[in-house]
Amino acid sequence: MDAQSIPGTNKSSDVQLKKCVTIDRGADELYERWKDFSKFPLFMQHLVSVRPAGLNRTHWVAKGPNDTQVEWDAATTADTPGKVIAWKSMPGADVPNEGSVHFDPAPVHRGTRVTVTLRYAPPGGQLARWVAMFFGEEPDKQISDDLSRFKALMEAGVVPTINGQSKGNK
Amino acid sequence: MKALCWYGTRDVRVEEVPDPKILAVDDIIIKTSTTAICGSDLHLYHGTVPMMEQGDILGHEFMGTIVEKGPDVKDLKVGDRVIIPFAISCGHCFFCKREHYSCCDNTNPKSYFLKKMNGDATAGIFGYSHLMGGYAGGQAEYVRVPYANVGPARVTSELDDDDLAMLTDAFPTGYMAAENCSIQPGDTVAVWGCGPIGQFAIRSAYLLGAHEVIAIDVVPGRLKLAEQAGATIVNASNEDEIVDRLKQMTGGMGPDACIDAVGYEAESHGAVGLYDTVKQTLMMTTDSAQILRQVILSCRKAGVVSLPGVYVGMADKVPMGALMNKALTIKTGQTHIAKYMRTGLQLLKDGKIKPSEIISHRLSINDAANGYKIFDENKNEVTKIVLKC
Repeated sequence: MDAQSIPGTNKSSDVQLKKCVTIDRGADELYERWKDFSKFPLFMQHLVSVRPAGLNRTHWVAKGPNDTQVEWDAATTADTPGKVIAWKSMPGADVPNEGSVHFDPAPVHRGTRVTVTLRYAPPGGQLARWVAMFFGEEPDKQISDDLSRFKALMEAGVVPTINGQSKGNK
Repeated sequence: MKALCWYGTRDVRVEEVPDPKILAVDDIIIKTSTTAICGSDLHLYHGTVPMMEQGDILGHEFMGTIVEKGPDVKDLKVGDRVIIPFAISCGHCFFCKREHYSCCDNTNPKSYFLKKMNGDATAGIFGYSHLMGGYAGGQAEYVRVPYANVGPARVTSELDDDDLAMLTDAFPTGYMAAENCSIQPGDTVAVWGCGPIGQFAIRSAYLLGAHEVIAIDVVPGRLKLAEQAGATIVNASNEDEIVDRLKQMTGGMGPDACIDAVGYEAESHGAVGLYDTVKQTLMMTTDSAQILRQVILSCRKAGVVSLPGVYVGMADKVPMGALMNKALTIKTGQTHIAKYMRTGLQLLKDGKIKPSEIISHRLSINDAANGYKIFDENKNEVTKIVLKC
């Protein structure tokens, strides 16, 4: 990834995250699902929608503070079928960010090792609050949970949930 | 519907709560016929399990009839009578494919916390804290059961609820603990703790060919039940030197396999036990290693230590030197229940087991809160409480 290409993201203050998970599916199948950005909200709970916006462009909508929404455009910067997808925000994004996902074959019969990296420049003020929501209070937890949900979706067909279950309320 | 809800240490209440709904395409909803209180539910009752929330519905041993199903549920039908494994498995991950169902990667929606605590997350468990996924439990008139294509098993009408309910956790947990001992002809198996898991471990050890089973407990009523199963009993309350006693009973060798069916809330005795209690009280350690110490020191060289008893956190004063130098094998794990529930069902159909024999109390779900109180305060008379809905 070209670190110089995003203003702000080559500073030492940038937040960088990296997580790896083994998913019991082939690299091509995982790549195809990941390439469909519109399905991201299924496992990335802070996103509202991601939709195509022209050649190699996507438009992202995320939940912001106080029921607001935050939007930005991103460009696909790398796309090799079955191997890697990378993206970065276009100039003018409130929070410059970039990410990548690599698909590497795991040893025999173990599927694919999926490695996600994210990098963003943390802003101050109101936006800092939004970033906290975007990536969770703990960014490490947010990306870990997103990857766990992606794995569950690909292996078991559903994301585990207890939202909406019965509970005592006295 | 009525459900048993947790509100704090020794504070559980039967309340009217909303009926469960289908939340995923492979969910079923069952109308509970029989559910049970597990000894491990007392850990929740004592407030020693982290990440409980007020209003959580408890219970992980339950069965009933399907009243609703999601569109992706394949073989099961509305009206089927089913038994439900206490741990939830996806059936598709690395671990489920190898029948290590309790290690399932995909069914705990709050897996991050266990990953931080234990290095890895294990399967979701009904009614057993948000650490284990936060799933609403089975001590309720209706229960939502996710991943219904994997765990639940259909059962026929001639089998009795009280036998079947014991297959959802207690019997298979005792059975796996015994199977983990790799019992050979002539083997002596020692079992610490004669609650339901210990009772079923004793019976399973004999089924799997043990020459002798030694049962250790401090409660006379439970020792009597172990004796009825053929075990040689040792009342540990009369026994300061349990290790020496076991050596004497086994020709100086020690038991070939030792099962700790007590776990981290062991009652502490003696000087090192006092050390455990002080450290637990000061929150410097979470788990009492009292039984684990006896087990490791008693077990014969190159023998097997099998741990079905629940541990949740850190334990102190574990004799690592003995563990290493004696070449012991340790077998652990929550029960791979989706597999062993079916083993138990076959044994029941074949007339090899009668698991309802350990049930001491039958109450209505309306009296569930009182059931916890009775269980907690009266271990001499209570071995197993089932609740009828």
